[in-house]
Amino acid sequence: MRDPSVTPARPRPDVRARLGAVIGLLAALLLPVAALAQSSETIAGRLSDGGEPVAGVLIVVTAEDGTPVGEVRSGADGAWELGLPGPGAYVVELDVASLPDGVTLRDPDRTTVAVNVFENARSAAVFALGEPVDQGPTFGRLLAQNAVNGLKFGLIIAMTAVGLSLIFGTTGLVNFAHGDLVTVGAFLTFFLNVTLGLRFLIAVPLAVLTSAAFSGGLDRFLWRPLRARQTGLIAMLVVSIGLGFVLRHLALLFFGGSRSSYGEYTLQTALEIGLVRLQPTEIVVMGLSLAILTGVGLLLNRTRLGKAMRAVADERDLAESSGIDVQRVILAVWILGGALTGIGGTFLGLIESVDYLMGFRLLLLMFAGVILGGLGSAYGAMVGGIVVGLVSEVSTVWFSSQIKYVWALLVLAVILLVRPQGILGRRERIG
Amino acid sequence: MIETVVFDALRAAIGPTAAAYALLAIGLNIHFGYTGLLNFGQVGFMLVGGYGLAIPVAVYGQPLWVGLLSGLAAAVVLALLLGAPTLRLRADYLAITTIAAAEILRFLSRNSTSEDVTGGVYGLRQFAGEFYAVSPFPGDRYLGALAFSGNRMWAMTVGWGVAVLLSIAVHRLMRSPWGRVLRSIREDEDAARSLGKNVFLYKMQSLILGGVLGGIGGMVFVLSLQTIQPDMFLPQVTFFAFTMVILGGTATAVGPLAGTVLFWFLITGLQSGVRTVVESGVIPGVSAGQAVGATTLIVVGALLMALMVFRPQGILGDREELRLDVR
Repeated sequence: MRDPSVTPARPRPDVRARLGAVIGLLAALLLPVAALAQSSETIAGRLSDGGEPVAGVLIVVTAEDGTPVGEVRSGADGAWELGLPGPGAYVVELDVASLPDGVTLRDPDRTTVAVNVFENARSAAVFALGEPVDQGPTFGRLLAQNAVNGLKFGLIIAMTAVGLSLIFGTTGLVNFAHGDLVTVGAFLTFFLNVTLGLRFLIAVPLAVLTSAAFSGGLDRFLWRPLRARQTGLIAMLVVSIGLGFVLRHLALLFFGGSRSSYGEYTLQTALEIGLVRLQPTEIVVMGLSLAILTGVGLLLNRTRLGKAMRAVADERDLAESSGIDVQRVILAVWILGGALTGIGGTFLGLIESVDYLMGFRLLLLMFAGVILGGLGSAYGAMVGGIVVGLVSEVSTVWFSSQIKYVWALLVLAVILLVRPQGILGRRERIG
Repeated sequence: MIETVVFDALRAAIGPTAAAYALLAIGLNIHFGYTGLLNFGQVGFMLVGGYGLAIPVAVYGQPLWVGLLSGLAAAVVLALLLGAPTLRLRADYLAITTIAAAEILRFLSRNSTSEDVTGGVYGLRQFAGEFYAVSPFPGDRYLGALAFSGNRMWAMTVGWGVAVLLSIAVHRLMRSPWGRVLRSIREDEDAARSLGKNVFLYKMQSLILGGVLGGIGGMVFVLSLQTIQPDMFLPQVTFFAFTMVILGGTATAVGPLAGTVLFWFLITGLQSGVRTVVESGVIPGVSAGQAVGATTLIVVGALLMALMVFRPQGILGDREELRLDVR
């Protein structure tokens, strides 16, 4: 899953140093990518000394065989990026003479970095400057930062999982394509924002509407006919796997296999809030996610449509016999679910990056959240999703971040052993 | 050009990798076809079979038979661990747990802290020497235009031999009273229970048996490739195996074998065809590797959907036999 072109420094056993390295690497990977980055290869990096950006440093890139490729100076934010003629092996050199007074390379001998650039990839070259940030975060800081990161991630899982749970509740379908709906949402925004060049704030609502319409279309033209044919639930589940395959790899075919970012809001200075550092976008994402989840809660609790959704999820036949148009309610559930995966995918693409596997990776965490909260319960999915996000991020305080999802999935196993109906679920659902 | 495509397809359809997938599919057919268990983590059994074989031999220098036994044991243990919490629950819980477990195993084996044992992302090598030492195919070119190497020939013979033998064994088993109980559980669990059958125990036995077949598939797979890496065991492997079972005919003896051969023939032929077309430069701006991979998987997905909608019994199955549903 990691960008293979980066040659990470051999991680030291010290957890803090390793975390620092990971954060640095991520920062380098999440650098702004202009529209041009999608169809060509670039090398990029960001120079900072003790958290302060270092501007005006000369970076010289040559191909492996010594052919000069170009040079670039780091900008006011310390970031630099250089387009390449094509994939291949490159050597990136930092011109030590151009470093400002008082700033030195951490390892004076390491003035060059070899980078292997793959097709359509934006590869990172990392130069460590100044003294290592020796103190590192204190334990409290680390815990707080990870908890906030977990909350941020958990809110996104919760948003996308509500739809998954409601779809299960109303139709009995375990939708294995739900993760790929998240991917579709993220790529719709990417397409409108980067490919067509619309403003991000215009692209997002359009993408969410399209995602909702797409999801509604799936119900109307795929799932409803299947229900009408009395297709079994397991057969439909297998169909959803096939659908997921198709959506995921259409994204691969059209947008390629590399990770990319949106055209705006990608380069920001983190704000220091109490014990944690957050970028403004992350704060906005968290606020909006909370607002949306509250809105969905109100919709389910207060409106006729929401009550009908819960009624159908609870006891379909009874709902139908009391005059609820079940097919319409199911369609509404799919549309709502599609809108939520659209927003969730866009947010996930904003705070991490967009790639064709992003939704499939999220799917298992959504399942964990949905089962934790109680399969079929919308509120349960919200609670469960947030818990899963928290568990996976907070685990990195003590354990390797490579296995952070393992803990979330172990939560799933434990809950199945101890309380298979989930926190908010009812006994008879598990039958 | 057509010739290249056909030979590529044929080479894959009868090759050792297809044999490994056939074993996976036979196991999955026991779970899904005969018992109605939704195991979406068959690749996890493949993984523990493969690592169970590779670790004792490559890391601890044990002889091959120790590796074979430990691979089988690992599959049994995994089945017990997975089955205990989930087999009393509904079918879709097992589906989610098994796919999650397979991913946990993959994450753990590629984690850098387990590098001493699993080799991390680099995986393990040099565990297949003993296997190829007894190969009766010393030459380096067999089967005419298919051009199989001696090693590949040997892996293919063993792989398909095991697959066919086990497939016959499973067929006989499913016609025994034990197999009839499994099928009755698939049809109506409560009815089986009311006749005094311990449904949980039968499901567990079915999970173990199919899982062991998956483990054997994993061993054939890694022996034929002579290497093992965590990312050979992506979730999509399970879904490929599912497609093979459904394509051939769920709950039939020949189905998984026929489905595997047909699947590999179609998919490799398609890949080869797309590659030929893309490389000839007809469609500008498409990189061959990506287009081939993506197109193939889109077709697999569409195939799976179409089969499930229009012909759930596959090419050989009996529609009446199969009225699967979540209860």
